Amino acid sequence: MSSSVLYDAPGPRAKARYRAFGVLAVLGIAGLLWYAYDSLASRNQFSAAMWDPFQYTAVQQLIVNGLLDTLKAFGLAAAFSLVLGALLAAGRLSDHRPVRAVAAAIVQFFRAMPLLIMIFALYQSFFTTSPLWALVTGLTLYNGAVQAEIIRSGVNAVPRGQGEAAYALGMRKSQVMTAILVPQAVRSMLPAIIGQLVVTLKDTSLGFVITYTELLYAGKLIASNTATPDGYPYIPVVLVIGPIYIGMCLLLTALAKWIEARGRRGANRRTPVAA
Amino acid sequence: MGILFEHGNFTLFRDGFLRTLELSAVSAVLALLLGILLAAFRVSPVPALRVFGTVWVNIFRNTPLTLLFIAVNFGLPQLDVHLSPFVFAAIALSAYTGSFVCEVLRSGINTVSLGQAEAARSLGMTFGQTLTLVVLPQAARSVLSPLSSVFIALPRNSAIAGAFSVPELYNVQQTLSDRGYAIFAIFFWVALAYLVISAAVGLLFRVIENRVNRLAVAR
Repeated sequence: MSSSVLYDAPGPRAKARYRAFGVLAVLGIAGLLWYAYDSLASRNQFSAAMWDPFQYTAVQQLIVNGLLDTLKAFGLAAAFSLVLGALLAAGRLSDHRPVRAVAAAIVQFFRAMPLLIMIFALYQSFFTTSPLWALVTGLTLYNGAVQAEIIRSGVNAVPRGQGEAAYALGMRKSQVMTAILVPQAVRSMLPAIIGQLVVTLKDTSLGFVITYTELLYAGKLIASNTATPDGYPYIPVVLVIGPIYIGMCLLLTALAKWIEARGRRGANRRTPVAA
Repeated sequence: MGILFEHGNFTLFRDGFLRTLELSAVSAVLALLLGILLAAFRVSPVPALRVFGTVWVNIFRNTPLTLLFIAVNFGLPQLDVHLSPFVFAAIALSAYTGSFVCEVLRSGINTVSLGQAEAARSLGMTFGQTLTLVVLPQAARSVLSPLSSVFIALPRNSAIAGAFSVPELYNVQQTLSDRGYAIFAIFFWVALAYLVISAAVGLLFRVIENRVNRLAVAR
């Protein structure tokens, strides 16, 4: 009946209690929101001067360019990290022990390394003139390692009988992998893979530290170049840039959920009876 | 590789290492508390609290940590909130990590078998009692391994604080790089420090997991 295991469908008294709590909670949240609004307004964060820069086409163009640069870095990093992830996963699933060991070491190392440390080191060593490639390389190495683990656990989660049946039909290991195991693994791991892509998208904002002109860098530039009587418009910029990031991430997450729901429906159709 | 032992670099590096540990530990405790509170909101019978928890988690999980750092470091001073960079960093990190902790706990709560909560309720326990005495202790077991990856990620994420003038390991890397040392040598030592921290957190969680599993078997 109830939506959660933690409580029963409420009776009349519980309903009244929940309603009382609900009213209290709404009041509390409204109070918090009002306090936030009031403290922003009383320090003139909503004054016309604070929001004025967003009216200029140059500033709007800056935000659009920043968004495009963010998407460019994300697209490159997503594609490369999936390729690297597939390669590393193949390495970790290899029959040869040295290959397995090398792939495992690479995956463990890059998963434990802070992305910022790597991006900075890459920027200082190999890509001094091109922050884009420092960012993309760093994102690729880190997310590739994570995607490799996702793909590997997906392949391992395919029922053993699938691979055994394929070997029994005389398929080679490469055939078993590409024709039997990987398609099923990708299907079940797609939500997790997209979830990691959301992380990749969020992490493109680290490019800001190495002066890559992505969305966050554009925002910081706008804020620090506009002097108003009440200080720099950092809060308006955050209120504009934040929803853009949140919107993009929610879109990707919605895609993952949609695929998950679709996959479940398909799986149910195919295996009507659980053995 | 010997750069660590020249010109007082070792003190700088050691202080950075300790600062990273300190920031991660403080943020971990705050994130855990915030996560438990948010998870309680998200499974509570009061719709307003559930909506609040969901909105909060969706906002903070989908905002880049760097943007949170900017909001906290440059936004709060505009509101006459002046704290040290360390406190700002701890606020940003724990607000971000707390929402991940919440999601882990929530999915853990859902793995506890229905009968447990039903039994607790039929004994007349309230929502709070059911949650804290029956469900959460059992959820702990299935929660530990995803929780460990959240807390292994925390020291890694704390590196961003270095870009916002907290003198931790990333900041040390920047300083040494500005002093003109070879980036590979610096990277070697900083990477080593982070590997040590990751390994230590992983080990800690494995010990806790063993202990919890042993308790479960003994019972």
